[in-house]
Amino acid sequence: MSVELISRDNGIVAVITGEIDHHAAAQIRTEIDFALERQTPSLLIFDMSGVTFMDSSGIGLILGRQRITESYGGAVAVKNPSPCARRIITLAGLSTLIIEGKKENKNEAR
Amino acid sequence: MKHDNYFKITLPALSRNESFARAAVSAFAAQLDPTVDKIGDIKAAVSEAVTNCIVHAYADSPVVGVVEITAKIKDDTLYIKIRDKGCGIDDIKQAMTPLFTSKPEEERAGLGFAVMESCCDKLKVTSTPGKGTTVTLTVRLDKKELA
Repeated sequence: MSVELISRDNGIVAVITGEIDHHAAAQIRTEIDFALERQTPSLLIFDMSGVTFMDSSGIGLILGRQRITESYGGAVAVKNPSPCARRIITLAGLSTLIIEGKKENKNEAR
Repeated sequence: MKHDNYFKITLPALSRNESFARAAVSAFAAQLDPTVDKIGDIKAAVSEAVTNCIVHAYADSPVVGVVEITAKIKDDTLYIKIRDKGCGIDDIKQAMTPLFTSKPEEERAGLGFAVMESCCDKLKVTSTPGKGTTVTLTVRLDKKELA
């Protein structure tokens, strides 16, 4: 699992690659929350196109960050989730958070 | 002649073993030639059950607990049993209610059993408070569509 944070405009894109389970979620959470605290972005986008496995720990991860961003008027979205991530997100009733768009490219940042 | 097959492993209840547990069961299931979707279902269900052992069963245990995984193939069906000797569940019905969690502070979504249910053909949970919990997952593996 790897997480890469890209800052752009007034948002942060967290590109998560690999497997999201309870073990990995703890590390992803730490990295994202550090950035949220410093930047309080109006929008946090989870790019989940490269997620190869996800269980309900991924839902806890999304909802926890949603709670934080909403506390200061921000929001979260999940971009291009892979089929396995999409399945769990839909099961959790969070499909309204899904957005589609072009692939994140860190070279285009800022 | 076809023979039934099985394996059994025990693991310390450490979060770093979650990925190994689901990989082991899915590798065992591979002999039934499952679809990619079925493999995904098996991995998700096993991951949820093993995570429950780590997050809940042994949460208050002073020592690292043990998770026992048994998988059995009989005909075209995979039976997976995930057992702990942890705290047990007082109210199984409540525990299985979608969105219920006893650990909101740890960002558990309360969807573990819901994921297991949606990924398996049958889910059975037996538990004795103070003694432990056994989750049995049954997955029927349809033969891959022959082109």
